[in-house]
Amino acid sequence: MNTILPLTLTDVSVRRRGKRLLGPVDVIMGSSGLTMILGPNGSGKTTLLRVMHGVERLSGGKVEWSVGQDEARHRQAYVFQTPIMLRRTVADNLRYPLNLIGIARKEIEAEIVEWLARIGLTPRAGLQATRLSGGEKQKLAIARALIRKPDVLFLDEPCANLDGAATRDIEALLQTALSNGTRIIMTTHDLGQARRLADDAIFMLRGLLHEAGPADAFFNAPQTAELRAFFRGDIIT
Amino acid sequence: MSDIYEGLVSAFWLVVTLDPDLVQISLRSLQVSLTALFIASAIALPFGTFLAIRRFRYRRLAISLLNALMGLPPVVVGLIVYILLSRSGPFGVLGLLFTPTAMIIAQVIIITPLIASITHQAMRELWAEYHDLLISMNTSSGQRIRTLIWDGRRNLLTASLAGFGRAIGEVGAIMIVGGNIDNATRVLTTAIALETGKGDFALALALGFVLIALAIGINICIHWLSRTEREGRW
Ligand SMILES: Nc1ncnc2c1ncn2[C@@H]1O[C@H](COP(=O)(O)OP(=O)(O)OP(=O)(O)O)[C@@H](O)[C@H]1O
Ligand SMILES: [Mg+2]
Repeated sequence: MNTILPLTLTDVSVRRRGKRLLGPVDVIMGSSGLTMILGPNGSGKTTLLRVMHGVERLSGGKVEWSVGQDEARHRQAYVFQTPIMLRRTVADNLRYPLNLIGIARKEIEAEIVEWLARIGLTPRAGLQATRLSGGEKQKLAIARALIRKPDVLFLDEPCANLDGAATRDIEALLQTALSNGTRIIMTTHDLGQARRLADDAIFMLRGLLHEAGPADAFFNAPQTAELRAFFRGDIIT
Repeated sequence: MSDIYEGLVSAFWLVVTLDPDLVQISLRSLQVSLTALFIASAIALPFGTFLAIRRFRYRRLAISLLNALMGLPPVVVGLIVYILLSRSGPFGVLGLLFTPTAMIIAQVIIITPLIASITHQAMRELWAEYHDLLISMNTSSGQRIRTLIWDGRRNLLTASLAGFGRAIGEVGAIMIVGGNIDNATRVLTTAIALETGKGDFALALALGFVLIALAIGINICIHWLSRTEREGRW
């Protein structure tokens, strides 16, 4: 399958008002699986994710895909830390990204019906999306991202503030996407979730990539004292 | 005092019997102001939205200019349009002076900045909300503007209604460029001014009733729109 990956970050840094928020970071994202980004609050997880997606202005360095910028932009999707709902109905939120790429109407409607069922929102199809519960919004945001069948899906704490059932639903969605070949790069504060989902992981600290590796080694044999402390739940700054 | 009382009574009759003069003048008022509203909205809604989402060099200047234009005295607008359209003016050959078209032009100039300014305010809020999502979805400028206009349509309708309210109640500019000619350019406001001057309170008051009814109707609409906005319906 041709893909926009690998994604290569070379000497990337982000500074705002004289403060270094990120970097310098060098990393290569391979073409399959799920990468989990972990780290304390304010360590730069969101910034890193936004940099990869290309919605954060760089102060230095390069972000490159295996294809041109324009094509790469079309083949990735992002779910924000606080879900952004269009002021439209649930069904229209799903319709929006499909309308942008202009596919046949019949196909669009079929996709919407299918995704509504998959996220359990069929009875809410005609409701204003802004009135959904937090968990429902999050599911809708993920469905709206996946409905375009992106090569790469970025998720910023998709399960923050959600209960066990909603978290399980979302993890099931992500597993399905993974088995369909979608590359997922996400952040979480839920270590259990990280262990369940990750193929490999990155530990961010003070804007730097502190430790990274395949899930097994990362979780069972962390190399740095800071990551061990993080797993213990100690406060690290 | 009895003048006014008699005026009120006959005004009431003019309204309930649908007096032909009254109807004609009211319809012309609606026609002029609705046409002006339509044209002004077609300019101001996309322009206000554009101002809210695009950063360009003279954006701040454009916004200040817009706010300044909003405060332009209508009489001065009338004067300028008069000069431009008068026989010796640059557009004199068109022969538009003292026609409804001239009145529409003046009203468009008066209400476009108002509608654009309200649009800009509302769209700025919506854009702050949508910004990251629309950037992430790789939308073109045109798609962004269309999305904001569609999802902000209630706010835009409010902006347009405010413009319509200003247009239908305006008298200075259209008096100058329209000339208040019977059966041609006489509208509600100019007729009220004329009939009051002549001392015909009956017709003046009847016209006033219609104008007030329109103004109240618009306000009810705006109120209703902002309520549905809060409750998140349509
Ligand atoms: N525009 C900005 N100007 C200044 N500081 C900023 C700006 N944007 C982000 N920051 C700071 O950058 C740091 C990293 O933020 P980021 O959102 O990437 O952290 P995070 O790891 O995602 O945290 P959390 O777990 O709380 O979501 C934070 O300290 C934040 O306050
Ligand atoms: Mg974050």
